[in-house]
Amino acid sequence: MTQTNTIRVLVAKPGLDGHDRGAKVIARALRDAGMEVIYTGLRQTPEQIVEAAIQEDVDAIGLSILSGAHNFLFPKVVELLKKEGADDILVIGGGVIPDEDIPGLKEAGIAEIFTPGTPTSRIVEFIKENVKH
Amino acid sequence: MDLIQSVLNGEKRGIAKMITLIEKNAPEAIEALKQIYQHTGKAAIIGITGPPGSGKSSLVNQLTKKIRSEDKKVGIIAIDPTSPFTGGALLGDRIRMQELALDQGVFIRSMGSRGALGGLSRASYDAAKVLDAAGMDYVIIETVGVGQSEIDIVKLADIVALVLIPGMGDEVQAIKAGVMEIGDVFVVNKADKDGANRVVTEIEMMLDLNTEKDAARPPVIKTIATTGEGIDELNEHIKKYWHQIANSNELAKRRKERIRSELISITEDHILNQILSDKSSKIDSMVKDIYEKKIDPYSAMELLIAPEK
Amino acid sequence: MYDKDYIEKINEKKKDWEETTVKKVTSKYPERYEKFYTNSNQEVDRLYTESDIQDLDYLEDLGFPGQYPYTRGVQPTMYRGRLWTMRQYAGFGNAEESNKRYKYLLSQGQTGLSVAFDLPTQIGYDSDQPLSQGEVGKVGVAIDSLKDMELLFNGIPLDKVSTSMTINAPASVLLAMYIAVAEKQGVSPEKLSGTIQNDILKEYVARGTYIFPPQPSMRLITNIFEFCSANLPRWNTISISGYHIREAGATAIQEVAFTLANGIAYVEAAINAGLDVDEFAPRLSFFFNAHNDLLEEVAKFRAARRLWARIMKERFKAKKPKSLMLRFHTQTGGSTLTAQQPDNNIVRVTLQALAAVLGGTQSLHTNSRDEALALPSEDSVRIALRTQQIIAHESGVAETIDPLAGSYYVESLTNSIEQKAREYIEKIDQLGGSPKAIEKGYIQQEIQDSAYRYQMDIESGRRIVVGVNKFQIEEEPPKGLLKVDPEVGRKQEEQLKELKSSRDNLAVQEALKELEAKAKTDENVMPAVIKCVKCYATLGEICDTLRGVFGEYKASVII
Repeated sequence: MTQTNTIRVLVAKPGLDGHDRGAKVIARALRDAGMEVIYTGLRQTPEQIVEAAIQEDVDAIGLSILSGAHNFLFPKVVELLKKEGADDILVIGGGVIPDEDIPGLKEAGIAEIFTPGTPTSRIVEFIKENVKH
Repeated sequence: MDLIQSVLNGEKRGIAKMITLIEKNAPEAIEALKQIYQHTGKAAIIGITGPPGSGKSSLVNQLTKKIRSEDKKVGIIAIDPTSPFTGGALLGDRIRMQELALDQGVFIRSMGSRGALGGLSRASYDAAKVLDAAGMDYVIIETVGVGQSEIDIVKLADIVALVLIPGMGDEVQAIKAGVMEIGDVFVVNKADKDGANRVVTEIEMMLDLNTEKDAARPPVIKTIATTGEGIDELNEHIKKYWHQIANSNELAKRRKERIRSELISITEDHILNQILSDKSSKIDSMVKDIYEKKIDPYSAMELLIAPEK
Repeated sequence: MYDKDYIEKINEKKKDWEETTVKKVTSKYPERYEKFYTNSNQEVDRLYTESDIQDLDYLEDLGFPGQYPYTRGVQPTMYRGRLWTMRQYAGFGNAEESNKRYKYLLSQGQTGLSVAFDLPTQIGYDSDQPLSQGEVGKVGVAIDSLKDMELLFNGIPLDKVSTSMTINAPASVLLAMYIAVAEKQGVSPEKLSGTIQNDILKEYVARGTYIFPPQPSMRLITNIFEFCSANLPRWNTISISGYHIREAGATAIQEVAFTLANGIAYVEAAINAGLDVDEFAPRLSFFFNAHNDLLEEVAKFRAARRLWARIMKERFKAKKPKSLMLRFHTQTGGSTLTAQQPDNNIVRVTLQALAAVLGGTQSLHTNSRDEALALPSEDSVRIALRTQQIIAHESGVAETIDPLAGSYYVESLTNSIEQKAREYIEKIDQLGGSPKAIEKGYIQQEIQDSAYRYQMDIESGRRIVVGVNKFQIEEEPPKGLLKVDPEVGRKQEEQLKELKSSRDNLAVQEALKELEAKAKTDENVMPAVIKCVKCYATLGEICDTLRGVFGEYKASVII
């Protein structure tokens, strides 16, 4: 049988922020790039995100926050993934995120942070190059 | 094999990984499926299908909450269509099942229909087996669409619930042919909307025409998935129906039919795949020969399937 | 309306001009693109003439400022009488910090307040609830109880300033707190002026801070309409918002269409609740976005005004002139700001603010250059405010009314936006009105399709965003961004603990019980809400009580 390697990505909005234009545009762009995208909607707790990521066995998680709660919520997701032994999942983040916060987030295990103005094609490429199959 | 044990222990990570292997068509998947097969057959497999926008995900959410209150475990497979152009898919059914997200007795997996255009892929058959072997009491398979996928779901499910909503009179007509027969339970969701009773009447009329004399007549249940109304009744009917078929030879009959079609289908696939991989250059030259009328397609096929000397 | 023969002549001459003069040039130097489009994807012609607006009837379609159909403005003298209200949306951290920022803005010549609340407040959670973690004080000020509200307006005389509050699902609670603070200042409710956003429909569509399902939400809104028309005659009871619909990706046409469709839904709900249209309609206000396409935006505002006046008159038979007027606040477009070369945003904001003023806005918020990166710093906010002041005092555009009227292009765009928005509204009517269209996902789908198309246009280079897909430079990360004190959450939690141990808890329980009872009837809940806030029941307690009765909205996500 021919093996297929469809990349699966969970796109999630942690926290209470309702601005989902970016998350939805990216979800569509990833789909159009041939990926399976699981979108979980607004107001997700880190626990819900990690549980969904494990059950869906995704290759990557894309988190989007515009409310400024990223320093708390992004690392929390990575921490829970580690606890569940699922830290092989690539975690990327986007939103209104000041440059000075980025090193700290990367140190916490976020693979890359995409700020406003990033073309979706760059995110697609990044995922394709960095997921572990 | 660790994976097998993990699945049989009902560990989420293991279940998820095995379903991924199946989706990827990985060779290990078949080996693993062989090993878990002994442990399948205990779960009641419920197919839930209906046109887009009929509130299936919300219905699954409510039904699962109900089943969980009886302390039974539930595995859910939610299938959304894969784009035939890009191979990608947006899988959004989880959104309506947020209440179940952290329930340790529930496992939800979203799947793209992938290869099987408009229908259920083989992967979802096998994913159901994984959930069954992992100790789920119920496996619910939810699929969108009107047409082929409804027919497919019959091959897979022990019980089929067909979901309709008011305000789609024409669609009841449209799906009448061939599809209405497969429902073991009919659900008229969004029953608080105008026209709910009319849909019920239409279904009843169709059942009058279609139900064979001594066959059990499927119930028609009104629900409002957003509030949970009618879910108790739906659950009771499902349980009753399950007892009824499990205690007669109906369940065995259905499952044997399913096994037969699966056996034929995997055999077909296997042979076809073997020919495609072993004889691809031969096929290329045959196409040329057939085009140039040096040989006809039927004789070419006989040559293709003839054992190698 | 123009002389038919003369129009014919113009058309002929224009054709001539295209085939001779223009062709001579384009054969050698082709135009930059084959076709040109507005920001909202309307095709733009090379040249507009009288022929493009030949059906325009001055008296019917434009009229005079302060007169039906208000195309040229809602006030008779517009900015010659009084400039628009300069109102910067602000709030972050705790109530004391925000209070300081308000006093600073007022000292810099700002003329009205606009309160930003943090997300837990907007969704009816106290700061100590688990879901609030990480969000307290981030996008606005954290308000848990009347205590916070007292600090927020400390030293600000509520009979002198008008206050706009961006609050929707729990609008009744924050309004009740505002009334209670005023009372403590000795200001009676009828003296209060300001606005609550109170527009739940766009929350379902675009902004996401909903709590309750549509039906009880609409009931809370009509309760507020009723309460205010009796007690707060100067209060704008709703700000029907296209701003967030546009931010979510809608075009200018969709912004007008979906906002007015929501407006229609609120008017219908109030009429169905037994209110007389002329009783509440004068207090309806609107809130629009201003994007970069200057002339299209000006046309959008004019079209919205005309269309709303016609809807109110023809559809709802409103009689009072004030019921027909679309009064609106404008905010420049947050989504147009770039994180790259942030100083360029000052120029974008200038264009957008100019569009709002040329479009006849009643109040204006100008975004700060650093908002694609963080909450704005004090310096950035000052520049943003100065931008408005320069337009007001130096540009000259405020000295006459509706100066772009009569421009062939602007009038033609005004017509086409009105026409296309009307078509959308008809479609929404066919679906059963805007709440039904939202439930079906129609409006969300339309917006998301536009958002995706816009993004793909940028990526393909069909649309140029300076500094993003053209004219990029290597740049240093900007400095001096505002940081919200990460301790705000903890401090709020402590204060809550203290509050709960010092207030009269028996009175709180009783007030909440009364609210619960009222919510179950079809009586107005406002008096019960006011009673709750006055005995220091928290926002979370009040909203939880209502959640118990109304349930919670579950989003149906459309991608």
